[in-house]
Amino acid sequence: MFGSFIKKSRAKSPWIMHFDCGSCNGCDIEVLACLTPLYDVERFGIINVGNPKHADVLLVTGTVNYRNAKVLKNIYDQMPEPKAVIAIGACGNTGGVFREAYNVIGGIDKVIPVDVYVPGCPAKPEAIIDGVVTGLAKFAEKVEAE
Amino acid sequence: MDTLILVIIGLVAGPVIGGLVAGLDRRVTAWFQSRQGPPIMQAFYDVAKLLGKEKMVVNQWQVLCAWVYLIAAAVSVALFFAQGDLLLIFFVQAIGAVFLVMGAMAAKSPYSQVGAQRELMQILAYEPVLILVFVGFYLTTGSFSIEAVWQLDQPLLAKMPLLYLALGYALTIKLRKSPFDFSTSHHGHQELVKGVLTEYSGPYLALVEIAHWYETVLVLGLCALFWTTNVAWMAVLLIGTYMLEILVDNTMARMTWRWMLKRVWLLGMGMSVVNLIWLYAG
Repeated sequence: MFGSFIKKSRAKSPWIMHFDCGSCNGCDIEVLACLTPLYDVERFGIINVGNPKHADVLLVTGTVNYRNAKVLKNIYDQMPEPKAVIAIGACGNTGGVFREAYNVIGGIDKVIPVDVYVPGCPAKPEAIIDGVVTGLAKFAEKVEAE
Repeated sequence: MDTLILVIIGLVAGPVIGGLVAGLDRRVTAWFQSRQGPPIMQAFYDVAKLLGKEKMVVNQWQVLCAWVYLIAAAVSVALFFAQGDLLLIFFVQAIGAVFLVMGAMAAKSPYSQVGAQRELMQILAYEPVLILVFVGFYLTTGSFSIEAVWQLDQPLLAKMPLLYLALGYALTIKLRKSPFDFSTSHHGHQELVKGVLTEYSGPYLALVEIAHWYETVLVLGLCALFWTTNVAWMAVLLIGTYMLEILVDNTMARMTWRWMLKRVWLLGMGMSVVNLIWLYAG
């Protein structure tokens, strides 16, 4: 019984952490806009934490380049399992308009496994919330399969 | 036998009440910001989720420290419900508080270290106030035992109003609320990330959280002792105090530890001493 309560709780309390791999800041502003009274993601139990050790969901914006790939990997490794990664915006998904630049590796999935891709330039808060909810559904499936 | 039942009630009711209070707190805070806020059960979901996460520790000290913090907090609440000795309760909860700091100090992370130093300052601020409040209990009832308080025929608040205000300071610091929330910021993305809690993660963070619920119940229980003659007025006093606490939390900015020591030592301890002189002379 307690085990099933823990499994249910996972989807009800996703603590997010967001990392900017070097975006134009547009997606970051939209991520933070989710926390404002207009969207109020806290009503789904979502809290924006600043510590990977407390986070369940990693939101990544921006293109990965050779300098910050290590940082991204390090942050991902510091998050305890079970965890989910959501790539946000055109840059996070594929590298966007910067994909051909000499210092750019590409999308987030070149460095860490991504569960959900949220499109947009910048991604709308509605799309980001949708992405987190989809991420949680996948997350629940993963946990069930264990 | 009765004592044993009271202890069990304390151990079970502690986290339940503490978790509900934490949930209500977030709900009311959201209402202040004209948001809807999370469900009242949210605190339980958070802790259950944390319990199910991977065990990641920086070193074995943290495991021990998280457990000692929880056990000390639970024992102090159990002693409180068993109507034990106030001084014993005080020492047991102090052990827990110190172990939380030791756990944070065991990690090399600068956030954790700075948080630990600040938490020590907080302990330094509220512990003297707590002990003076207990001295007030002694001067009024002639005993440090909680049983003696229940035998009074008029509420303690009439005799110790200034000590109650001083206890309010201790409550704000113990709950780590603004303006005294500098050892663990509520919002994890501020300058300290999470202060003392930075290096605790997964199940160990859950233990710390449950211990915090116990401590909330303990300090609210101390507040309840100020109106033991009438249950309705006790409830009014507790709800009023906690609402004021949330209001202060939402309207105040975080201050520095120097500001806190000045305020709490001068005002809090000043009020306590004036009240104690009044009790002693009267």
